[in-house]
Amino acid sequence: MDNLQYIRNKFDQLQAENATSGLQAIRKKAFDSFNRLGIPVKHEEWKYTRISPLFNKEYKLNQATPVSWKELEEIRLPGYEQATELVFVNGIFSFPLSTIRSSHILVMPLEEAVKSEYREIISKHLGHSGKYQKDGINALNTAFVKDGVFLFVKKGQIVEQPVYIYNVTDSRSGNVLSQPRSLVYVSENAQVQIVETYGTLGLDESFTNQVLEIIVDRDARAEYYKIQNDSAHTNQVSTTHIRQIAKSYTHTVTISLNGGIIRNNLNLVLDAEYCEGHLYGLYLQKGQTHVDNHTVVDNVKPNCFSNELYKGIIDERATGVFNGKIFVQPQAQKTNAYQSNKNILLSDDASVNTKPQLEIFADDVKCSHGCTVGRLNEEGLFYLQSRGIPSKIARSLLLHAFAIDVLEHIRPEPIREYVDKLISERLEFDGHD
Amino acid sequence: MLTIRNLHAGIEEIKILNGINLEIRPGEVHAIMGPNGSGKSTLASVLAGRENYEVTEGSVDFLGKDLLELSPEERAGEGLFLAFQYPVEIPGLSTTNFVKAAVNEIRKYRGQDPLDAVAFLKLMKEKMALMNIDQSLLSRSLNEGFSGGEKKRNEIFQMAMLQPKLAILDETDSGLDIDAIRIVANGVNKLKSKDNAVLVVTHYQRLLDYIIPDFVHVLYNGRIVKTGTKELAFELEEKGYDFIKSEVAEEVDR
Repeated sequence: MDNLQYIRNKFDQLQAENATSGLQAIRKKAFDSFNRLGIPVKHEEWKYTRISPLFNKEYKLNQATPVSWKELEEIRLPGYEQATELVFVNGIFSFPLSTIRSSHILVMPLEEAVKSEYREIISKHLGHSGKYQKDGINALNTAFVKDGVFLFVKKGQIVEQPVYIYNVTDSRSGNVLSQPRSLVYVSENAQVQIVETYGTLGLDESFTNQVLEIIVDRDARAEYYKIQNDSAHTNQVSTTHIRQIAKSYTHTVTISLNGGIIRNNLNLVLDAEYCEGHLYGLYLQKGQTHVDNHTVVDNVKPNCFSNELYKGIIDERATGVFNGKIFVQPQAQKTNAYQSNKNILLSDDASVNTKPQLEIFADDVKCSHGCTVGRLNEEGLFYLQSRGIPSKIARSLLLHAFAIDVLEHIRPEPIREYVDKLISERLEFDGHD
Repeated sequence: MLTIRNLHAGIEEIKILNGINLEIRPGEVHAIMGPNGSGKSTLASVLAGRENYEVTEGSVDFLGKDLLELSPEERAGEGLFLAFQYPVEIPGLSTTNFVKAAVNEIRKYRGQDPLDAVAFLKLMKEKMALMNIDQSLLSRSLNEGFSGGEKKRNEIFQMAMLQPKLAILDETDSGLDIDAIRIVANGVNKLKSKDNAVLVVTHYQRLLDYIIPDFVHVLYNGRIVKTGTKELAFELEEKGYDFIKSEVAEEVDR
């Protein structure tokens, strides 16, 4: 493939231009992996999501273009006036567009961080997701790690306002492959909320291959929200890797509303005793959107708790995939792990493949999983209609009710209201509030 | 108010109603009794417009309109209300929001402006007191995890909020203890006026101790085989449905 040759050339160029970079070795190792693993074709983890055709197209890789906030108004999240805003354009962190509004956090380019007092954190944690994503896609991102940031949340500090991360693709002149890459470290006793969203300028095709790794230290709390509401000509593989290295709490909500092909990898590594993690997801699809949520909860140490709930409403010709793995390692006794996936199909052409996958190697654990695929509850519909509510409104009320137990876990209020509005509009909700 | 003429209906190929005739006037309370499988709930469902029933013959006139031509929501808009035998649980939709949508959609149907928040709250408080319902119950998801009594009280609360012209109570007493029956019946009685009517569908006579009917009809094999006053209900309670069955059998013999 010509495109692969282009990627190879780009890689050689990157390494030559940054010969003294502290990230040289990490990139080299990852690129070797990429060459060995290749683009997933007949890969068990990619059974329902075919991304190899995307690599037949030509993309521009890692090219910054000038973008102004004026052009980004549509994707700007409410409450931004108080929030810290970090902007990536085509995978490259943009200092001019970003604003840090908290003294409790530190943002520095990964290239700098690897030379700073934080270098041990970087070398220990950057690329840990590769242990879970054993495919060329993850390696490809790491091979080009350069223009991402290290976000450090200081010890004992509560970041009062959320951190918004915007991943902007500018495909106004040609197809774009962008690879945002960042590392977040939430120190002891610190608290932070991160909200991530995606937006595209331009009509050419784009492929975003993103990796975000979040490390959570003792008694820290991290909340992470992902909102995917991009255009239909955008595709993405978005990997979020959360590793709790000491007793701590995490909470993630993934909302997928629009896009072409969306593949989310969410890893929760409970790498210390008494960790607690919550994972919620909602995918609301129509058109030909394909949303694939692959989640992994790895119970490495004993006495951890995790709860997972993913819900999907799939209409028209859209397809959904849910694959939920729970690993309980031999030493991880007293694990509590729960998983549930519920789907409503609204059309005959809509489909979903759901697969819970529990691999339990310890004997004293409580684990449960369940999945459902069904239609809208007809009896519920009749109940609402019999009270005078027209069927169209009754349908949207019922679907909204279905979505709400994921929605209500979005804690930053402006974001919850924003997502609720997007969903209500999608469901053509015509309430009287 | 409601005139049913020679109503035949069924589900798929099975005939359940075989020619029902019934006339309900404003201010009246009618009870329909009958053994299991006689078609009581089918009649309630057909009147409310449940989808899977097919009407094969006959007509239903409700306040001058052809009821069978109307969608379920239009029937509600015209003033028909069905209290469900099995109220549906809807996780994620609070009773308050549900009732608010219902009240305002019906107002819209009738060309009225929606109630503002203050007026709605006032109406709700009034009806909550009537049905002895707590605010906390209404904030919860509709019927989810409600006890049998709470579900039925919630049905009558909705009836109080919507103020229908004709209320059909489908086996509202089933699964209720005597205290719960009393509360439900008390609510129905307080809502009664000379302008509205109630159709009570029940298997047992005991609900009729509290909601006194003007007429009692006995449904058997999809037809009303006997009509009387409340004394008929006592007779049924005493003798069981077998005496109706044998009477019908005798008629057929003759």
